[in-house]
Amino acid sequence: MAGKVKWVTDIEKSVLINNFEKRGWIQVTDSDDWNFYWMSIQTIRNVFSVDTGYRLSDDQMVNHFPNHYELTRKDLMIKNIKRYRKELEKEASPLAEKDENGKHLYLDFVPVTFMLPADYNLFVEEFRKSPSSTWIMKPCGKAQGKGIFLINKLSQIKKWSRDSQVENTNSEILVGLNNDNSQLFGIIDSPLHLLICTKGLCFVRYKLGFCRFCTVKYTPSTSELDNMFVHLTNVAIQKHGDDYNHVHGGKWTVSNLRLYLESTRGRDVTNHLFDQIHWIIVQSLKAVAPVMNNDKHCFECYGYDIIIDDKLKPWLIEVNASPSLTSSTANDRILKYNLINDTLNIVTPNGEIPDCRWNRSLPKEALGHYQVLYDEEQALSESAERDLRSRSGQLLGSKGSRSSSVRPFPATWK
Amino acid sequence: MMDESVSITQIVQRLKGTNLHSQLEKQAKECLHKPEIKLETLKDDVRRLLKASGWERKLQNAVYRELHILPPPGHPRAPPEHTKEPLAYMRKTQVNWEKRILKSLNSMCTELGIPLARKRPVAEQKELTNKWNEMGTDEPDLSKFRPVYAPKDFIEVLVGLKNPNNERSEDLTVRSHWGLIQVSLNVRDILQMVSLPFFISLPSIFLMSRHKELVSEQDSAAAQQYSRQGCPTGLRAQLWSLILNTTNDPEDITHYEQLKARVIHHDLLVDNLIYKDVKLTASNDDYYFVFEDYLYQVLLCFSRDTAVLEHFNYNCATPPKSCIQSKSGSEQCAVVYPPNGVIPFHGFSMYVAPLCFLYNEPSKLYSVFREMYIRYFFRLHSISSHPSGIVSLCLQFERLLQTHLPQLFYHLREIGAQPLRIAFKWIVRAFSGYLSTDQLLLLWDRILGYDSLEIVAVLATAVFVFRAENLMEVTSLASAEAVLADLSTLKVMPLLQIFLFATSV
Repeated sequence: MAGKVKWVTDIEKSVLINNFEKRGWIQVTDSDDWNFYWMSIQTIRNVFSVDTGYRLSDDQMVNHFPNHYELTRKDLMIKNIKRYRKELEKEASPLAEKDENGKHLYLDFVPVTFMLPADYNLFVEEFRKSPSSTWIMKPCGKAQGKGIFLINKLSQIKKWSRDSQVENTNSEILVGLNNDNSQLFGIIDSPLHLLICTKGLCFVRYKLGFCRFCTVKYTPSTSELDNMFVHLTNVAIQKHGDDYNHVHGGKWTVSNLRLYLESTRGRDVTNHLFDQIHWIIVQSLKAVAPVMNNDKHCFECYGYDIIIDDKLKPWLIEVNASPSLTSSTANDRILKYNLINDTLNIVTPNGEIPDCRWNRSLPKEALGHYQVLYDEEQALSESAERDLRSRSGQLLGSKGSRSSSVRPFPATWK
Repeated sequence: MMDESVSITQIVQRLKGTNLHSQLEKQAKECLHKPEIKLETLKDDVRRLLKASGWERKLQNAVYRELHILPPPGHPRAPPEHTKEPLAYMRKTQVNWEKRILKSLNSMCTELGIPLARKRPVAEQKELTNKWNEMGTDEPDLSKFRPVYAPKDFIEVLVGLKNPNNERSEDLTVRSHWGLIQVSLNVRDILQMVSLPFFISLPSIFLMSRHKELVSEQDSAAAQQYSRQGCPTGLRAQLWSLILNTTNDPEDITHYEQLKARVIHHDLLVDNLIYKDVKLTASNDDYYFVFEDYLYQVLLCFSRDTAVLEHFNYNCATPPKSCIQSKSGSEQCAVVYPPNGVIPFHGFSMYVAPLCFLYNEPSKLYSVFREMYIRYFFRLHSISSHPSGIVSLCLQFERLLQTHLPQLFYHLREIGAQPLRIAFKWIVRAFSGYLSTDQLLLLWDRILGYDSLEIVAVLATAVFVFRAENLMEVTSLASAEAVLADLSTLKVMPLLQIFLFATSV
């Protein structure tokens, strides 16, 4: 098939368009015969809706799964993870192991969340149970500009909602920290991931990314009203909204974070942290895999927001289906451009018109900055091998030795 | 032999007043209670016990450290300035330069009507204490302040250095020096440096496996040897601390707290220079902006640390003195200002910034920075003939480039792009802010390992060699600058290896 890929998008972003154009693809509209549609979330609903939707033909590809929201809607994400845990418990899988307090050892990575104002009363109940704990408040929607902050008094919420002058704003409160003088470590901002369906599941992870680093220590002893809200994102960008720094945009690369952690805390601890982050990603994706429509015309780029507490434990805050393609700094733009480029190289190898009939395997040479986290194909073939041998004690030991037989794959965590 | 015993006396004298000395005495006394001590062999037994408990090693490390900062040996009747810097014309230039800087500082003070030092009112003190961990959020108006000087001012002084004994020859010959530095100092060529393995020390399996022992043995000298091949990321912080013999004992923390208290009580004019420098440099840097607050916590304390004055025993510079108005209104003249004798210049904060990747405790970060400064960094901005001094490094860079790539040097010279004009800023900062941090740390591993800054000059040459092809094509200083503007992708060790192998053939 010698034709050029015909592409459509309803997101006017240069990082996308430049990538399409550099492949010599042809821009068309959605009423034409298109091959590749990079669509926003609103559009995907229409494409796959029962009433107005249409069947995709074998030479068409879209960038979302019909029910991508199974992971991006907080309530569904939690539901899926809970279901996944229960299934593992039923199978008596070692992954579902719990500690003496009933907490999951390996699958406890979503902090307890309350949505405000709806869950306010539930939150108050929980709050009163552990009055010395600290909570993270994450404003959503219009209030997002305030950034994430810590609270330890109920009055602080009231003050915040008064000050922000936004009615009924949805905000999330998460349990992140349970002791005084906690210091939040950092927030990893969307190292992006990709879920593609060729034969089976395959998750890849983008090796580059940015994070926001917190250097402010929160001490509950501060009594002044202003100091109650200690902003966790880098103070430089938080305080001077206008003085936004165009060089770095308040973002630090994940590789810098890694260097810092390795240098100050040691290599083992750092590797463990990143292992855990990958673990969260893989487990959350596995949790939704059964409910995802296994549609060969689809792929997905999820963005993960992860918070790291001062014990260097990562927590999954949320997953975005439409990670921002806007760039705030030059570095950001370069990262996103390369990301789209690498993504397209995987889903449309050689820039050819997609053919969804055939099962393609992951083009290992063309991964770019992507790195395989999990390959179901490989896992299945290796588990078949394993079943022939007797089950040795090679199961999950400590959290650190997770590169064992449960998920065999060739990638290194770096 | 004479020199040795003088040094020993000096070191013993210095160590006598330290905390280590009293701790050793205490330990020795405690040894006396041990049953294995016999009166007949008292001295040997105590020595043995101290060795076994690791105290001998601590003493060794302390002595090793003192050796690093020993003033140069000199004739007993020579004045100290002559011992620190034998060349008269260098001394003179340094003195004149110091006068210029001081004049600039004082005139800024007069122009702006801001006192050099001022006691803070109680309310301000309280505010600063509360804000100590987030001084970066402050938005003081710094528009009136300008850096006292920048590397571009300093290079002019170095270029103007002339040995009055030498004849000035205008003719350009093969034997003459094409670069900007016009003085002849004895700088080493590649082959003269402690043999080729100097730079290309590839880690041997044997050495690699010594990680854990090194840390447990706590041996400064061994750690220094080890650092020549580069430190593993997870151990670097400990190894550097060991090499520099910095500790984080209670008295170090106390010292730091005292300095912090001084910051709280008094405001210094130079504080504004520090703020401005950080805002202009580190805060705009991709790698270091997150550490802004730490930089203030270190540099403001540094300015007030009179212990730094000790390094003027071997630094050819002299601490600047100014007139400060005391509380009673009377002027006290000839007070060292700033208290540590170091006037910060544009880019100074970049000496601290890379260390923030290694140490997240302010007192520890402070100790390491201070030791790095008094061993190495001070040489980058004072005029002397020392092999690690800025003059020698610049000359070494120019000579290396002229010797090994004469065509390139000539070409650049002809188009008005003297190599030193581009490389100077790298050398003055020991490449901080130009290389990516992980590479920079590998470079500084070697500075510590070889106890010399020469590697900075060699790297500068290696960079030019690496980009030689592109540089041969340029036709202006601006385009040469552009070719060398971004060093963030360079890998230090391969670069040095390429250069060394290419030139050794």
